[in-house]
Amino acid sequence: MNSFTYTNATAVDAAVREKSTNTKAAFVAGGTNLLDLMKENVERPTRLIGLNKLADLATIEDNPEGGLRLGALATNADTAWHPEVEKRYPLLSQTILAGASPQLRNMATNGGNLMQRTRCYYFYDLATPCNKREPGSGCSALNGFNRIHAILGASEHCIATYPSDMAVALAALEATVRVSGPHGERTIPFADFHRLPGDQPERDNTLETGELITALDLPAKGFEKNFTYLKLRDRTSYAFAVVSVAVGLELEGNVIKEARIALGGVAHKPWRVIAVEETLRGVTATEDNFREAATALLRDAQGYGSNNFKIELAKRAIVRALKQATEMNQPLDANAFLNSNP
Amino acid sequence: MSDLTTTPRLVEAGTSNTSYIGKPTSRVEGPAKVTGTAKYSAEFNVPGLLYGYVVTSPITKGRITKINSAPVLALEGVVQIFSHENVPSLAWFDRNYKDDVAPGGSPFRPLHDAEIKFNMQPVALVVADSFEVARYAASVLEIEYEQEKFDTNIDLKRDEGHKPGSGKTGFMPPPPPRGNPNDALKNATHRIEGEYIHGAQHHNPMEMFATTVEYHQDGKITAYDKTQGVYNVQQYITKIFGLSKDEARVVNHYMGGGFGSGLRPQYQVFLAVLAALELKQSVRVSLTRQQMFSFGHRPHTLQYLKMGTNPDGTLAALHHHALHETSKFEEYTENVVNWSGMLYQCENVNLGYQVAELDVYTPLDMRAPGAATGSFALEVAMDEMAYAAGLDPLDFRIRNYAEQDQNMKKPFSSKKLRECYHEGAAKFGWDKRTPEPRSMREGNQLIGWGMAGGVWDASMQKAAAKAIFTADGKLEVLSAAGENGTGTYTIMTQIAAETLGLPLEAVTFKLGDTNMPEAPLQGGSWTAASVGSAVKNVCTEVGEKLLKLAQKMKGSPLKGASIDDVHFADGQIRLNTNPSEAVVIRDILPASGEEKLEVESSAMPNMIKQQPYSMHSHNAVFVEVKVDEDLGTVHVTRVVNAVAAGRILNTKTARSQVLGSVVWGISMALMEETVMDHTFGRYMNHNYAEYHVPVNADIHDIDVVFVEEEDDKVNPLGVKGIGEVGMLGVAAAITNAVYHATGKRVRELPIYMDKLL
Repeated sequence: MNSFTYTNATAVDAAVREKSTNTKAAFVAGGTNLLDLMKENVERPTRLIGLNKLADLATIEDNPEGGLRLGALATNADTAWHPEVEKRYPLLSQTILAGASPQLRNMATNGGNLMQRTRCYYFYDLATPCNKREPGSGCSALNGFNRIHAILGASEHCIATYPSDMAVALAALEATVRVSGPHGERTIPFADFHRLPGDQPERDNTLETGELITALDLPAKGFEKNFTYLKLRDRTSYAFAVVSVAVGLELEGNVIKEARIALGGVAHKPWRVIAVEETLRGVTATEDNFREAATALLRDAQGYGSNNFKIELAKRAIVRALKQATEMNQPLDANAFLNSNP
Repeated sequence: MSDLTTTPRLVEAGTSNTSYIGKPTSRVEGPAKVTGTAKYSAEFNVPGLLYGYVVTSPITKGRITKINSAPVLALEGVVQIFSHENVPSLAWFDRNYKDDVAPGGSPFRPLHDAEIKFNMQPVALVVADSFEVARYAASVLEIEYEQEKFDTNIDLKRDEGHKPGSGKTGFMPPPPPRGNPNDALKNATHRIEGEYIHGAQHHNPMEMFATTVEYHQDGKITAYDKTQGVYNVQQYITKIFGLSKDEARVVNHYMGGGFGSGLRPQYQVFLAVLAALELKQSVRVSLTRQQMFSFGHRPHTLQYLKMGTNPDGTLAALHHHALHETSKFEEYTENVVNWSGMLYQCENVNLGYQVAELDVYTPLDMRAPGAATGSFALEVAMDEMAYAAGLDPLDFRIRNYAEQDQNMKKPFSSKKLRECYHEGAAKFGWDKRTPEPRSMREGNQLIGWGMAGGVWDASMQKAAAKAIFTADGKLEVLSAAGENGTGTYTIMTQIAAETLGLPLEAVTFKLGDTNMPEAPLQGGSWTAASVGSAVKNVCTEVGEKLLKLAQKMKGSPLKGASIDDVHFADGQIRLNTNPSEAVVIRDILPASGEEKLEVESSAMPNMIKQQPYSMHSHNAVFVEVKVDEDLGTVHVTRVVNAVAAGRILNTKTARSQVLGSVVWGISMALMEETVMDHTFGRYMNHNYAEYHVPVNADIHDIDVVFVEEEDDKVNPLGVKGIGEVGMLGVAAAITNAVYHATGKRVRELPIYMDKLL
């Protein structure tokens, strides 16, 4: 690990100012991903700006839009178990609890969760080329071992996926990311926060230099009646999603008034297709209709060898998730045995 | 040394408060482990300790052309960089580098020359005054390589396998064909054939490999090393570095899991000793999790089975051929196919076994080496055969029950596999199974029941032990055995306490130090039998001495009694004829004026008694899986593992061993595979996040049944060992259950959801 200095920031503006003038600086909160990356020499900051003393950013409270504001420094655990989150956004609760382990969720923060980097094997291993780690060096996964890689929105430069569970729910819920930067504050719609790799796979998101996530705003609508997070993975806990689906439905009887479907583990960002969601509006909640939507969602999917199976798996997962959200018969604890259990 | 067959039997269990054998005694080292006082190899802190960090090769084959050490040596805190450029002259011959379980060939010599033989080969050791500085310095050390083409893919070597030599201890080349396997197969009523595959698997013990070498002022060293055999390591380093045994002590009190990875000395012990001797300072070298994938592994193995049945459902023919990888410098072997010639009665058998050389590190024994692999293929094929013949898989096995070992043409010393089948099936409720695939379900979940079984060697090796009984009534027993979490401390304490009729608290068993009498490597499921017998012998000899002294005591009721006339129980030596006539053991030394009794003894297998027999443990596994019909996810919801392994010394630690074995089997079936990218010749999922082993949420009901089995031929304790047999058949039973659930026959592990979509 490279030598680095570490100071706890005491104010947002000072932290932002320092970060924007020092390209070798990094923010650190829970450190659950950054420290691993530093040990592996993937990230080499010379200065760490600790955020954990910024207590104002650790709160969870109502926002003016009738929704909830999740402080960027509230931990994943505190967020998932917060009574208002559990009551109004159970999809988010369930999704957070499907990720990592209790120990990690106790350390990891909401802002940090959005900043975690891909789990691509090649990104982590300095012995292999990786465009995300070292732009221009090539993508080893493209013709390599790519079981966990993207089937949607990838480019010839990078087929990495974004690993967060929480973000899949935030995409479905249409959260807004509040950031503070050298030029003041701004908000970023969740769909615009993460980006596709294109020819700049080294950029995971649309944050500008020095910008710091301060909060996540959840809109009033929480889909608390009909929702599910279905996470398919190689073991029952403590594994990243092979494919995951977050669904929120608004139903009137058996007719869909509104549908949100976000996919995880399939792209460089949580994957949503608004047009497909629109086709479900006013449609009866049947398996056939679900399948049609799933097929449409995966229409442009492309496999790269080891991950070809994900295309069919994602379709089936979408159908199952929509069914679960309609019937609301799945166990609410995402870590319970088989969250796809009948 | 006493002849085991004539030593007095142990006090019969259950007759006194000091009868410990067979009881569920809790681990005696448990408190030390949970309070953190149990020290592991990387935890011995000695003054002036330096830290070494290993630099590994990013290429698979070629040569180092340049190491740019100077700028790194200039970094503050960096003490030295060792590489092939500055390693001192060491032993020259291969034999100096061979350890007890080295296969044939030429062992890998760390930092020996510029040649790169496998990816992640250690190429340099950076030594600094802190671990962090060493790691940083290693990360900026520039090394240039010249790359060559390499072969790492066994799939491309299918036609280039060869029959290996018998260079490795314990390797038994398959027996020659018997009967007419080709004709018999051709004429069979029903036939099946298939290829069965599993990839490379790494041991992945929780504790990473580490060695702390303490450099003493007189130039001697003590190596606290993660190993399953301190004597093996001592021999290795003394032969390479030209040290006498007196100059190099090797210690390992605790291991955070071994599973075979610690059978051979790993390169960190070489590097740590090298650095300590050169720098004349204490040095620690710890590997990282990623580097745990840089040495031995269970080899990627391809197996082909063909089977046929007679009209009565007996096996007409069985062909089993295996091919697995080895390195280009050593010829690793394991017994993969032999089991298929002995688990079932069959007159026409053809077994074949080959290895192919790749540019990888030499594979290494991993829990139930060979048998875990072979039993997977054999037992899945048996399931396929049962279905093809229209028979229940359990019934099919019972019809083909082997009453003798047809490979060796010998009877079994004992074999209670039939009882394993019956007791396991009864506990599981096998009779309620509907045979048709896809015939059992709960909503989206297809339910499958599968079974399988296995066989493992009951071995014993020579072992020695020392006992010291002191006037305060305390007994200390020492043997350089290993404890990798299996229960060695506990069962040896039980044996010693029971043999001398002492309370457990009065007995301390110590292990893992070359200053102690020699014990074999901790492997092969032979520690209980080998070290247990030595402990029993040495305690028996202490007992004989105590009896003699007791007879000299004033008014001793034991006068004239022979050792066969007395027994040791509840802290007393008692007359068999009248147990109330007794001497209190802790009174004996004070009365005699002696301060202590010290005895050293050993035990070895009684070859004459064993020779007529084939000696094995067996098991039968019954499994329930739930498979999501649409999504292909598999969960193992219920396992019953019935094991016949002779006498069980401690039902608690033995049960834990079998529980762990079942978890290993689940892991092998559903999760484990080290995936290599052949573009780079490098394992890519080399960390705990992407090399999956089960978590608690994956493990549900596991029932362990120990079938009673008496065996006075294997060893006087009647112990067959329990560390490996429990894993056998688990992966096959799961695979078979998945077939029963889904109708899909998977022949390649692990069964990820991809394979069931």
